[in-house]
Order: sequence, then C-alpha cells, then structure tokens
Amino acid sequence: MGVNQPLGDNVKLTTLDSLVNWARKSSIWPMTFGLACCAIEMMATGAAKHDLDRFGIIFRASPRQSDCIIIAGTVTKKMLPIIQTVYEQMPEPKWVIAMGACACSGGIFDTYSVIQGIDEGLPVDVYIPGCPPRPEALLFGLMKLQDKIAKERNSFGSTLGLGDRLPPATV
Amino acid sequence: MAENHRAIVKLREKFADSILDVKEFRGEVTVTVGKEKIVAICTFLRDSLKYNLLSDVTAVDYMGSDPRFMMVYNLYSIPNKDRLRVKAPVEESDATVDTVSTVWSTANWLEREVFDLFGITFIGHPDLRRILLTDDWVGHPLRKDYPLQGPDREPYQGRLS
Repeated sequence: MGVNQPLGDNVKLTTLDSLVNWARKSSIWPMTFGLACCAIEMMATGAAKHDLDRFGIIFRASPRQSDCIIIAGTVTKKMLPIIQTVYEQMPEPKWVIAMGACACSGGIFDTYSVIQGIDEGLPVDVYIPGCPPRPEALLFGLMKLQDKIAKERNSFGSTLGLGDRLPPATV
Repeated sequence: MAENHRAIVKLREKFADSILDVKEFRGEVTVTVGKEKIVAICTFLRDSLKYNLLSDVTAVDYMGSDPRFMMVYNLYSIPNKDRLRVKAPVEESDATVDTVSTVWSTANWLEREVFDLFGITFIGHPDLRRILLTDDWVGHPLRKDYPLQGPDREPYQGRLS
C-alpha cells in the first residue's frame, strides 16, 4: 500500500542509443553479394538448417536496402571498383564483414590479380577466418558484429545530425 | 606414326616448305608450321580436312630460347572425330601473328586472351582489346618475366620464421 504502480512491469528504462543499437543489431540486412566458394557457405547459412532469418538477418537484393555487406570470396583487382560502388550505394549506417581467408588476406591467391585483403578497399568490421568458414563461423562473426553494433555510441544523436556515430569505446 | 596421319600427309603435299616439325605423343599429333602461312594452313585444314572446330588458342613463353613464343592452335574435326595441334613459333622482336578469326570466328576472343596475357599482336583482328584484365593494365602477366605478385609488390621470399 502507499506506492501506486499503475503501469506495472510495462516500463523499461534505457537510453535512446541502446534502443537504436538494439533495433539495428536485430535487423542486419546484408547485401546479396557472393564472389566465390564462400558464397556457397553464406547461402547454406541463410538456408533452412542454419536459418539466418531467426536473427533478423534477411538478405536484400538491393544495396539501397542493405546495411551490411559480406565479402564472401576472392576479390580481384578488376572486381574491387564494383564492390566499392555497391558499398557506396548502401545507406549509412553500414558494416562490412570479410568472410574467409581470401577476403581477409588474399588467401592462397598471392598473385598479381588479387587484392590482398578487402581492407585495402573497404573499412572492415569483422574478419572471419576459414577456407571457407563453416556456417557456424559465419554465424559467430555475425553475432560479433551484433555485439559491436550494440556498443556503438551516439547512434541516436547522429541520426539527428548531432555529431558522428562513434565506434565502441576501447578500454 | 604421325607421318601416316591423314592431315600430315596432305599438309606435306601442299605446304612442304612451311612444315617445321611433326610430333606424336600418346596418339596426339602436333605439327609445327611457320607463322607466315598460318592463315592459309588453317583455311586448308578447315575446308579440305574438316577441322571445323577450334577448341583453343593459346601460347607458350619459352623465355631464354629463340624464338621465344609458340602459338598453339588445338583443332577438332567433328565429322572425323579427330584432333590436331598446330604450333607456330613467334619471335619476341616481332611478336605478331596473322589472325585466324577469319577462319574460325571463335578465335576472336581466344586471340584477345593471348594478346591480353602474352602480348602477342594479331594482325587483322577485328577487335583486339584486353579481355580478362582491366583496360589500363600494364604488362602481360603470363610472360615469364612478369613478377608473380605484380610489379608493385615485393616478391615472396619464403617464410620469415
């Protein structure tokens, strides 16, 4: 008696940044973009057995609707400008996952025609090793990206034009 | 054995002074001819000997020997179910060959590939551009003196550990 709680347990206190981050990390929409054998594993991860949809990860067929690009395969020098164009077409905020040895470092293709890691051309958020990584590894990488998104700062303010979106604080 | 091959007999009759070498290895007949007569020989092979399919055009870089390059034409006769390999040596100082895209149209893109990767120019080719690499590429990567990691990188020296 005495304290009246008309709303019961239906109130949750949080910050706007956390709310925005929660929404973003729960609806990562990757670009449908495969380059080599890693794309087969990416498709397997999206299919029924591993089912990326349960994380809210839904592959989109247009960069305009995507906020994540999974570089799934070998990037040649001829392909890099095309990937950069697709990346630039994606609206902010956007994240990049380098999937597999080739996208991380060039892999076995230490040759004149292959980019030695997609980080020479795009800002990479998560590196997933493996040749190719199993679907579990890709899932783990996507969850690492979710963790990273959840810790971003000024997510709400940056959408209103108040400063920049800041990466997770490194302690 | 190779001397009894139907195509070799006919070629010896008609282009005797252009035949440089004839070889057979495990049933595959290879004839080396002078590059000056390549279009006439290919037209003859297509029309008279029914080699109507050009499976592949490629080249080999024998760096250090002279002549440096060797053009390779892999032919197949669909009516006779018979294969023939025609080779033609190409000098480095004069890395040009007459195009056979007038004989088999499929040679158009195959010769563009050889031009792209070996730098051999095909005289009379209708559209001699790079086909695999970007248009602004410098050099021809399948030449033996092209660095494997590319000209702008240090070559791999083995593991440092």
